[in-house]
Amino acid sequence: MNNPAPAASAPPPAPARRTIDIVNASLKRRYAREARFRFMGAAAVFLGLLFVAVLFGDIVAKGYTAFAQTYIQVPVYFDPATLDPDGNRDPETLANADYLGLVKASLRKQFPQVTGRPQQRELYALISAGAPQQIQAMVRQYPSVLGTTRDVWLIAGADVDMLVKGQIDRELPEADRRIKDSTLTLVDQLETDGRIERRFNTGFFTNGTSREPELAGIAGALAGTFYTLALTLLLSFPIGVGAALYLQEFAPKNRWTDLIEVNINNLAAVPSIVFGLLGLAVFINVFGVPRSTPLVGALVLALMTLPTIIIASRAALQSVPPSIREAALGIGASPLQTQFHHVLPLALPGIMTGAIIGMARALGESAPLLMIGMIAFIVDSPQGITDSATVLPVQIYLWADSPERGFVERTSAAILVLLGFMVVMNLAAVLLRRRFERRW
Amino acid sequence: MNALASEIVRDTSAVSAADLAKGGHFSGTIGDITTPDPRMVCREVNVWYGDKHAIKDVSLDIGNHQVVAMIGPSGCGKSTFLRCLNRMNDTIDGCRVRGSITLDGQEIYDKGLDPVPLRAQVGMVFQKPNPFPKSIYENVAYGARIHGLTNSKAELDALVETSLRKAGLWNEVKDRLDQPGTGLSGGQQQRLCIARTIAVSPEVILMDEPCSALDPIATAIIEELIDELREQYSIAIVTHSMQQAARVSQRTAYFHLGDLVEVGETTQVFTNPRHKLTEDYITGRFG
Amino acid sequence: MHTWTLMLVLLGAAALAYHVGRKRAIATAGGSERINTLHSLPAYYGFYAAMWAAIPAVLLLGLWLGVQDQVITSLVKASLPPQSVAELTPGALGLLMNDVKNVASGNIASGAVTPAIQTAADHYARLQNLARWTQWLLVLALSVAGMAFAWSQTRPTMRARNRVESVVLGVLILFSSIAVLTTLGIVLSVVFESWQFFQKIAPSEFFLGTLWSPQTAMRADQVAADGAFGAVPLFTGTLLVSFIAMAVAVPIGLMAAIYLSEYAPRKVRSVAKPLLEILAGIPTVVYGFFAALTLAPVIRDLGEQLGFAVASESALAAGLVMGIMIIPFVSSLSDDVINAVPQAMRDGSYALGATQSETIRRVVIPAALPGIVGGVLLAVSRAIGETMIVVMAAGLTANLTANPLASVTTVTVQIVTLLTGDQEFDSAKTLAAFALGLTLFLVTLTLNIIALHIVRKYREQYE
Repeated sequence: MNNPAPAASAPPPAPARRTIDIVNASLKRRYAREARFRFMGAAAVFLGLLFVAVLFGDIVAKGYTAFAQTYIQVPVYFDPATLDPDGNRDPETLANADYLGLVKASLRKQFPQVTGRPQQRELYALISAGAPQQIQAMVRQYPSVLGTTRDVWLIAGADVDMLVKGQIDRELPEADRRIKDSTLTLVDQLETDGRIERRFNTGFFTNGTSREPELAGIAGALAGTFYTLALTLLLSFPIGVGAALYLQEFAPKNRWTDLIEVNINNLAAVPSIVFGLLGLAVFINVFGVPRSTPLVGALVLALMTLPTIIIASRAALQSVPPSIREAALGIGASPLQTQFHHVLPLALPGIMTGAIIGMARALGESAPLLMIGMIAFIVDSPQGITDSATVLPVQIYLWADSPERGFVERTSAAILVLLGFMVVMNLAAVLLRRRFERRW
Repeated sequence: MNALASEIVRDTSAVSAADLAKGGHFSGTIGDITTPDPRMVCREVNVWYGDKHAIKDVSLDIGNHQVVAMIGPSGCGKSTFLRCLNRMNDTIDGCRVRGSITLDGQEIYDKGLDPVPLRAQVGMVFQKPNPFPKSIYENVAYGARIHGLTNSKAELDALVETSLRKAGLWNEVKDRLDQPGTGLSGGQQQRLCIARTIAVSPEVILMDEPCSALDPIATAIIEELIDELREQYSIAIVTHSMQQAARVSQRTAYFHLGDLVEVGETTQVFTNPRHKLTEDYITGRFG
Repeated sequence: MHTWTLMLVLLGAAALAYHVGRKRAIATAGGSERINTLHSLPAYYGFYAAMWAAIPAVLLLGLWLGVQDQVITSLVKASLPPQSVAELTPGALGLLMNDVKNVASGNIASGAVTPAIQTAADHYARLQNLARWTQWLLVLALSVAGMAFAWSQTRPTMRARNRVESVVLGVLILFSSIAVLTTLGIVLSVVFESWQFFQKIAPSEFFLGTLWSPQTAMRADQVAADGAFGAVPLFTGTLLVSFIAMAVAVPIGLMAAIYLSEYAPRKVRSVAKPLLEILAGIPTVVYGFFAALTLAPVIRDLGEQLGFAVASESALAAGLVMGIMIIPFVSSLSDDVINAVPQAMRDGSYALGATQSETIRRVVIPAALPGIVGGVLLAVSRAIGETMIVVMAAGLTANLTANPLASVTTVTVQIVTLLTGDQEFDSAKTLAAFALGLTLFLVTLTLNIIALHIVRKYREQYE
């Protein structure tokens, strides 16, 4: 030990030196490559985040204006001669009176300088096609207005709405603009008179869809979404949890359960549109479930979300330690009692998280619903699960197809509402997981 | 040398295992921490994992062309110390190293020092054989390829062959160099990892319990190999097996709870341990 | 609506049965202080009775609802004057029956209401009314009978808990079989309709033909107007869009996963990862909107400035946006497999003096490759099956081209186009959608099975 390094075994001729020299010589190049690689990774993350920002920014920028609606103040003379010629306030007569004519007359009176048919047609376009209903509702509620002149705030037409919101460029040559110069003067005059106002767009949340962008709302789609999702949850939650319970806790290991396993994993990755084909061919054509209804939509979506719920529930059940089962079985509980009294309650937060995520996915799904006719143009909100209905994402799809500029705004706003629901649901899932997460 | 040793030796045999377990600090090492021809010199090395003080003031030399064995009970810090020597601890979050470690006089924890060329000079063989999921040939050629050590296919072929020969694996694998390295037996895999390490021509080879995952026959082959490699390389080996330490090493260092308790010639440490803890460990009272 | 009422009534009956069964059990045991002589807790006797009251009745109700409409329709058909039915085609007869039903339910019929239709409608309404009452009667009778049976069975020695539990277990087994039934339903529905399609159009024409133009025949005798059903342009269109999507998603997703798992500080990772995963949660219809209204015009303007002819519904716009959608899919799957590569591999490489990127590129990625390939295959299957983005942003014209600036159509777009709107159900056009669906299903299924197999093998390797 005192002579550890015999002189005979001197270092072999230089390979060791050489290595370090070679390494040092190429080091700069290697670090440049390292930096490039690292930069590429950071760039990829940055790009991904940029996409998120652009997507949200774009939709918010396009959609936030839809939450306001332009109104125009028009002095309306509630002419008893037009509205109630018999003078007996018969509701039937009042309901069927010529309100459109009344609106037009009021506008002509407000702008006496506008003459000639085409000019007057432009004048009428200041006001939405929904204005007559607005006046009709007023008359029905307050019959005393008959015979008086009142300043009424009427919903502006879509083009004026766009102009006031600054989405129509005044600088464009007249031929390229949706609004003529003459209308511009009218709007400017109204604006200086203080007869144009922007208010919160409650109609967007209370109206059904419409051909007129300024009247279109998401109430019908929201109701359809509510019925569809509620039923989806009602169907898929018990079935999913039941299936998970059986597969995880009771199923013997055999060919049949293997088949079910493989099946569930594959079903989770089947394109959603194929579920639509299933719904069309089986539920509608074979079982005669009514088309376009939340019922058939929910059946399809339930089958789609089932794999998600089963997989999440199984994971949650698996995370409950066997000692809990052994303890329950040990004091004489039956296997089912063990599951329902002890294991399931402990696994419930995990199961709920999975269910919420599944529901969020179902909420955003539209492709299979196109197949089963949930794209009908439905103005009224559905009253039950067997009424024709549409859902929010499909409504977005339908509006996105409409050429009017006003619908772009509405579509984006509807998307914002949809994303809002998504965020709330995902947040709920995250909070639930945080709140109840238990490490055994 | 003996004079020097007597200076360093202090009477610390009063410190017991119980004191150390209580967190009592033990700053003296019995025995001669130096060697006449050191490759690596470590002085007052301290390592923390987060708040845990894993290595306490350890000083030790790694001599040229000799094998230093580090022994001690589990969790004593011997592997941690080994991993400091080529800065493998850098990859662990929250690990801090203080003190001085030099390789041929160069401080390896200098701010400016790059662990990449350092590791080319200080190779490491791990507890569990970890061949890359590549062919046997590519496993050995890996280091040469990343460092650009060879200029032609022929040179690379020659390097792979010599490395495998040195690792004593050539005759077993020469006909299946293109087969995956993961298909070899455990002992062969470990020798492949050694071949992979020596292909880079390091100056020091660190071995972290290289035989703990192997059967006795494979262990015997590796031990023989280590003894041969000593001719060309300096070797530091961490081992759980005292017999192994006795068989392959010239010097032995005994670690206990982060302290280097005793170091000396292997024969001396095993036949005549000077510290109570060393004796207890060697005679099998704990560990 | 009355079905729901009946269901509610049945629910009430079950609740009643539970109560009665429980009471009966206690009574047979000889009072509440002698409950311990019962085999099971009294509640199980209640559940037992409730099951007998509800399950057979609900089964009957379901069966009834399944056949009622068909039975009544055929009865009404049979009652129609034979001379007015004789010369009608099945399609026209169907329309006639629709009119009858509409008149019966007070809706507006499509044509003039002839006396024959009126009579039939009255007959229909009468039958429906009759059926409704019989249904109520029978279902409730069965419920009561079930309750009575349970009553007669109840005695202290009856193993009520075991019986209830075996029923519950049966229900659980039924639930878990629904997944298989779903697959079966998918296969049967697409295979059956596709088989009908291939009776009309030769499979060779469908799979090898290069002209796609599914015209509808206006009249049944218009043979030539069946249109052309060569699906090759759809396949190439799908592949083109998917290829563009993967060209975006794979490099970005993979590099992002590598950066986040190997380089990023923990803080960056904990923020960036969930933010990226937002992309996976956005409904596809939103991506479609973005592609059609924001990206497509940008690409068109850009192309025009550079002097390229860009279709307004270019494959590029749809593909790019689809790629963005798939990024988190690729990155989270890659992240999983990269993290599954043992640290020992990395250590081995670092110990030889490899830099981090060398370790990643030469050791980690090759080791993770099977898992990454599996993930990419799953992503491809996703891209092929994605519908809304292409429906909104890709075109309808079936061009056989590899030019990403041209407009192409995809399998999913054609399925949607062929099946939305009112169709005769057995026209070649409608059936073609199912043939496309079958192709889509088989291709994605194959990809999924391969991918899942690879990923599982990979996981096992490092466990």
